[in-house]
Amino acid sequence: MTIRLNGEPYEIAGPVTISALLAALNIDPRIVAVEHNIVVVKRHQYDDTEVREGDEIEIVRFVGGG
Amino acid sequence: MTSDPLIIAGRPFASRLVVGTGKYPSNAVMADAHRASGTDMVTVAVRRVNLSDKSKESLIDYIDRDRIFILPNTAGCYTADDAIRTARLAREVGLSNWVKLEVIGDERTLFPDTVALLEATRVLVSEGFVVLPYTNDDPVICRKLEEAGAAAVMPLGAPIGSGLGIQNPNNIRIIKDQSRVPVIVDAGVGTASDAAIAMELGADGVLMNTAIALAEDPVAMASAMKLAVEAGRLAFRAGRIPKRSHAAASSPMEGRIAAAAAGGRTGA
Repeated sequence: MTIRLNGEPYEIAGPVTISALLAALNIDPRIVAVEHNIVVVKRHQYDDTEVREGDEIEIVRFVGGG
Repeated sequence: MTSDPLIIAGRPFASRLVVGTGKYPSNAVMADAHRASGTDMVTVAVRRVNLSDKSKESLIDYIDRDRIFILPNTAGCYTADDAIRTARLAREVGLSNWVKLEVIGDERTLFPDTVALLEATRVLVSEGFVVLPYTNDDPVICRKLEEAGAAAVMPLGAPIGSGLGIQNPNNIRIIKDQSRVPVIVDAGVGTASDAAIAMELGADGVLMNTAIALAEDPVAMASAMKLAVEAGRLAFRAGRIPKRSHAAASSPMEGRIAAAAAGGRTGA
């Protein structure tokens, strides 16, 4: 099934939790923030939030800036 | 803690110099420059994780979190909605509810869209954020931002990265006179004297990135800026002399051995 991940189409086998998605992407959950369909996902909800077909996910982190 | 801390939203900062984390030649140079600057607050931007980048190096690894407070910005946002979304994401990274709020109105000058900035400030204040808006040097918008609940106002000295210094010193002075929240000059500083001038005008702090990061020697420039901000602050508190158009002699007129003025002659 296809989702939109950071603005690009992305294929996943089936619905996954945010936690599982981050793990599959090898991303440390402690240094990112996640948006699911324009809503910020609270860290403690990563295990309970399921990503489904057509969902839009943004995963951001801090980078250099002024 | 210093005897003259910068206090924002009740939180004291020993340094009045806030520094960015962008455009350094390397993360290691950035860390050295931060140390040399004496800063205890740095800004960071919020961007998508690069999904194909397997390197585990993170900017945060190079920021001394024991001494330095991290202030996320909403750089690159051109609408209130985008800035609000970015601020909410930044808060969820989990370090604080502080945000340097930027809503940009023009790509070439990076001047703020003050209408959208004010709207975003209101929304984020209502959601419990500590909002530090990057704004222009207009005293009216600064007053509106303060009334909307901004914890500080951050008028620009000149366009971001321009190095032009304080383009409108009188406006900065006016803004400081009317503000009950700290005034931090943010953007446009080029060299040490610019930072000193901002502080001499009464600014409570200065925020800069490019002036240090793109200097030929960022670490040396960071030291220079530390000294400049301290010198400017001391000079401000010391109470400068007024400017006058003509001279006022520094040495006494009494007891001179020279002849009297205009028409006098010595000897026979």
